[in-house]
Amino acid sequence: MTAKAPRARKIVATTSLAGCFGCHMSLLDIDERILDLIELVEFNKSPIDDIKTFTKECDIGLIEGGCCNDENVHVLTEFRRHCKTLVAFGECALMGGLPALRNFLPLKECLEEAYLNGPTVAGENPGRIIPHDPDIPKILNRVYPCHEVVKIDYFLPGCPPSADLIWDALVALVTGKELEPQYRTFKFD
Amino acid sequence: MSSSIAQTVKTVVSRYGGDATRLMDVLIDVQDELGCLSHVTTARIAHTLGVPQVDVEQTVSFYHFFAREPRGKFAVYLNDSVVAEFCGRGEVARAFEEAAGCRFGEVTADGVVGLFHTACIGMSDQEPAALVNGQVFPALTPDKARELVAGMRAGKTVEELKGGRTGDGQNAHPLVRALVHNHIRRRGVMVFDHYQPGEALRKVVAMSSGEVIGVVKAASVRGRGGAGFPTGMKWDFARRAAGDVKYVFCNADEGEPGTFKDRVILTERPQMVIEGMAIAAYAVGAQRGILYVRNEYRYLRSYLEHVLEDMRAQGLLGAAICGQSGFDFDVSLQFGAGAYVCGEESALIESAEGKRGEPRDRPPFPVEKGYLQKPTVVNNVETLCSAVQVMLKGAEWYNRLGTEKSKGTKVLCVSGDCDRPGIYEVEWGFSVNDILQEAGARDVQAVQVGGPSGSCIGPGEFGRVLAYEDLATGGSFIIIGQPRDLLKDVVLNFARFFREESCGSCVPCRALTGMAQVVLERVIAGRGTAEDVERLQSWQKIMRNNRCGLGQTALNPVVSTIRNFRPLYDARLAPGDPRFVPGFDLSAAVKDYEAAVSKG
Repeated sequence: MTAKAPRARKIVATTSLAGCFGCHMSLLDIDERILDLIELVEFNKSPIDDIKTFTKECDIGLIEGGCCNDENVHVLTEFRRHCKTLVAFGECALMGGLPALRNFLPLKECLEEAYLNGPTVAGENPGRIIPHDPDIPKILNRVYPCHEVVKIDYFLPGCPPSADLIWDALVALVTGKELEPQYRTFKFD
Repeated sequence: MSSSIAQTVKTVVSRYGGDATRLMDVLIDVQDELGCLSHVTTARIAHTLGVPQVDVEQTVSFYHFFAREPRGKFAVYLNDSVVAEFCGRGEVARAFEEAAGCRFGEVTADGVVGLFHTACIGMSDQEPAALVNGQVFPALTPDKARELVAGMRAGKTVEELKGGRTGDGQNAHPLVRALVHNHIRRRGVMVFDHYQPGEALRKVVAMSSGEVIGVVKAASVRGRGGAGFPTGMKWDFARRAAGDVKYVFCNADEGEPGTFKDRVILTERPQMVIEGMAIAAYAVGAQRGILYVRNEYRYLRSYLEHVLEDMRAQGLLGAAICGQSGFDFDVSLQFGAGAYVCGEESALIESAEGKRGEPRDRPPFPVEKGYLQKPTVVNNVETLCSAVQVMLKGAEWYNRLGTEKSKGTKVLCVSGDCDRPGIYEVEWGFSVNDILQEAGARDVQAVQVGGPSGSCIGPGEFGRVLAYEDLATGGSFIIIGQPRDLLKDVVLNFARFFREESCGSCVPCRALTGMAQVVLERVIAGRGTAEDVERLQSWQKIMRNNRCGLGQTALNPVVSTIRNFRPLYDARLAPGDPRFVPGFDLSAAVKDYEAAVSKG
């Protein structure tokens, strides 16, 4: 008698782009179900296991945050390249969120306020230097939601999306069963 | 300065009896005198009317022609509709900018010339056309634009700018004196046949109101605004509705791009329209009528007021009409201030009450609770003309015209790529081909039937007939020739139009009109994907949930061209892997940053 081969676990990667990691915190809020999750999936590139670069092709990519600089764009493009299914989760990934408030102002004004003229920096930057170096990412002219940069397959709304919604969506993706969202997981007021 | 504001406001407000529901009139007159409606002015108006300032502010901010800042001694509103673009509007606009020395959306430094875009002004048969201080300047060329600006700088009046010329028919009437032409190419038996004011009304007062409605019902007159609601039924509802006061509105707010029939009817047959209102009033028991005319036709104001005065003098309006004691009905003029959505009847009523032109939730329908919450009939200009002829010539005569489900005639407004744009009054049942032939159109790529909210059809469907049961139309008939870029020149223009004109009340309409424009621009730029096209199509279902006809039809230009001209979309889709949206250009997105840091 041979033991039935365990079903191959789905491989998941996650990242936080221009986000606050709140969506990742919400992912951790699935509490003890994280033990079930480990049975279902294997994590690859993700802050959860601190794997920095893709070592495998993945089934599911979870994206928190939108794109505010060129590094975000590179990471997101890498995710699209390596993940069969890409899920944007949280307001910032879906719509740009709080960081996108700057979209109403020219970038130059934002940079000058932050580094030259703001009350906390005025007089503190005698060289009047706006940081720039090949090693630091370039800021984009505006903050882009993920779907304006690559194709996104699924969207999980919320700020952050509730742990139950993230859990239900992951289970649905892993098992191939249709997601039946519970009303309370997308009722926001 | 502020004392003159206070004085002007006081005079105007008292002209309208201090009635806050006349806010539209107050705002129009105050702006006429002061040039704009600043916050100081709106505060004064609110104070004088005794209403919160926010009530005034929200009305002012809703309408395109209300200005917060001066728009120049001469405010030029150049139409940017599809047909205007076909006729060389781009070059005329450039000539205006160069001659004036300012861009569109700006006023020259000397305050003489202001240049502004505006949606279709109802002159599609004589484009490019502009309104200058409310007067129409049709068939413009770059030379004429330069000449106009030179005249403005030379201190001419608008009257002098017109150069003493006038158009045909009543456009030459001393109270009109407009450069506008009627271009009536085909006279039908309903609107443009022989007509003697008062004849129908005298016949009507010999009948009971029930009998009048019976005739209109027997003739199965349907609304000519586009929706085709049975007129007799509407009148009957209003007649049965409880209310001490009832109103009859005539909707002459034709804003559907490509439509201009109401302008010609109001120029040539204003008595007929008003007589139709009086007949409706007799049928439903209404005492007051409001003829709501779009702001673009304000050049007809003195003329229409004169016509009303004349009809009063003839006993066709006022107390005891046609000697019938108890039949008291009078009509007043109400002008809009530039908002397409006010063509929707409940939005039109809101506007006439001095509010933002936002459609109401229905029920209750206007026939139960309309203007000032009283039973109100709202009929299209052309519908009222049909009612007059039906009362004169009978239901049987009317039923002999048209098709099985569409009786009578339809006034078509033909424009675009053809030799003879203008007004064609035809019986329902003419095919698209018939009209194309009569208008002298060749090499036709597509026809936009019923304006942007209607549908765009290709040659394969030119055998279809104009009728409620096949191709319904409110009158707009835009011919698009082969050389045109249908997506860029037509569909995108319509998409921008709807985005601009959405009142913003319903989320799907507010959001998706904007998103549709963005996606469409991407597709046109060759950066769209097949999924973009699918998505545009899928939004149509969501748009059906909007409250009014504008929102429900706002994606029609996109969806009907995807349905009928799909290869035009497919040919523009970006090659390559659709997982990487071809629309995003990283090097362009970091340009601002590089520029900001390059100075060190």
